[in-house]
Amino acid sequence: MREVHVDQIRDTVRRLCQEATSLLPEDVLDALKRARQQEESPLAQKVLDQILRNAELARQEMLPLCQDTGTAVIFVEIGQDVHIAGGALMDALRDGVGTGYTEGFLRASMVAKPFSARINTKNNTPPVVHTEVVPGDRLRIMLLPKGGGCENMSQLRIMLPSAGKKGITEFVLKTVEESGGNPCPPVIVGVGVGGTAEHAMYLAKRALTRKVGEPNPDPETAEFEQDLLEKVNALGLGPQAMGGRITALAVHIETYPTHITSLPVAVNLQCHSARLKEAVL
Amino acid sequence: MAEQHIQLPLTDDVIEKLRTGDYVYLTGTLYSARDAAHRRMTEALQKGEPLPVDIRGQVIYYVGPTPAKPGMVIGSAGPTTSLRLDPFTAPLLEAGLKGIIGKGGRRSQVREALQKYRAVYFLAVGGAGALLSKHIRRVEVVAYEDLGTEAMRRMEVEEFPVVVCNDIYGGDLLEQGKAQWRKAEVLAG
Repeated sequence: MREVHVDQIRDTVRRLCQEATSLLPEDVLDALKRARQQEESPLAQKVLDQILRNAELARQEMLPLCQDTGTAVIFVEIGQDVHIAGGALMDALRDGVGTGYTEGFLRASMVAKPFSARINTKNNTPPVVHTEVVPGDRLRIMLLPKGGGCENMSQLRIMLPSAGKKGITEFVLKTVEESGGNPCPPVIVGVGVGGTAEHAMYLAKRALTRKVGEPNPDPETAEFEQDLLEKVNALGLGPQAMGGRITALAVHIETYPTHITSLPVAVNLQCHSARLKEAVL
Repeated sequence: MAEQHIQLPLTDDVIEKLRTGDYVYLTGTLYSARDAAHRRMTEALQKGEPLPVDIRGQVIYYVGPTPAKPGMVIGSAGPTTSLRLDPFTAPLLEAGLKGIIGKGGRRSQVREALQKYRAVYFLAVGGAGALLSKHIRRVEVVAYEDLGTEAMRRMEVEEFPVVVCNDIYGGDLLEQGKAQWRKAEVLAG
């Protein structure tokens, strides 16, 4: 049993908030540079140039890449041989986000009483937390600040099993096309297939934590990802939906076995400012 | 793709020269407003009360910036999704608003109102808030200070980069772009 103190967790989350919102991951930058090379529309090229310059500027001056510094989505993998000492894990995560967003001059976008008064909580808490217990004695924390523009375009459909790949393809294309410029393309398309309703959406979100364009280890799923990416880019939306070749940087599919009667499919889009930062304690 | 450098506020002869797809650099004054500010302006218009600023000929930018770091005039300041403001837009255009900056497409009611009242909808690049903030030289809260990030601000901008999405002739960049770049044969396969 290894001990991890909540103070260390809180301070790590605080640092991740500030770094994730200003430093675009290298794999995302590389994907954007490739997109710039492949893009044929002159207007879309200018848009991609702006996006790349923005990332450079944000990194140099530690400025938020985007004014929407998002909902703080946190994935925590807890080694089963870890003992969390000194307090509650959830409090540490919440305090880390509160301090990180306040000290980092990040936007507080969370409102309580969502269907009525919508009162801003002032420090972007609480985070949305997904925990998973895994073998080992480490604690892995991934922070994914998720912007509202792309999150609002999420879709879930429970399909008939007979819908198969064709049904999923149509659903993904419809979701991307109807979302237009709102999710800030070029996007990363997260797709969750299987499980139950809530698990499919979890998988779609989790798919966004993969390195951009890294294929699913299952060859059949990887092939489906490539096929979907080609079709999404054939929609012609392009960067910011101003028209162009690159509507998506990647399609990531995660799957899970499902009930014999069911085919849950969830789509969770990520904007080009695909912010993600992790730490292992 | 034509490039234009434009002085704000917009005049009718400038508006007439703007075409869907033009890459435009704006210099001058604009006003920020988002959901809550729009709700209040709409209420004022319904009650026949004056708006907090004279919006005739002006441009509204849909933005809710991050807090400014010490020594800076504003934090990250890119556009937000325009769709949410669609229900509030036509009355402001009727009241004389001449330009809007946001991201994403507009519903047909807004597109028609833009044509009717001869106003232009621009797109700024969503997710380029750090870069765009560098083109904002001065910021002053002019109304609804209690709304925090959603307060209405007067902004002096310099060479602020936008693209014309909807011009006064009925052009729509999102529709035109898709029509030009769509690969129907791949989608059919």
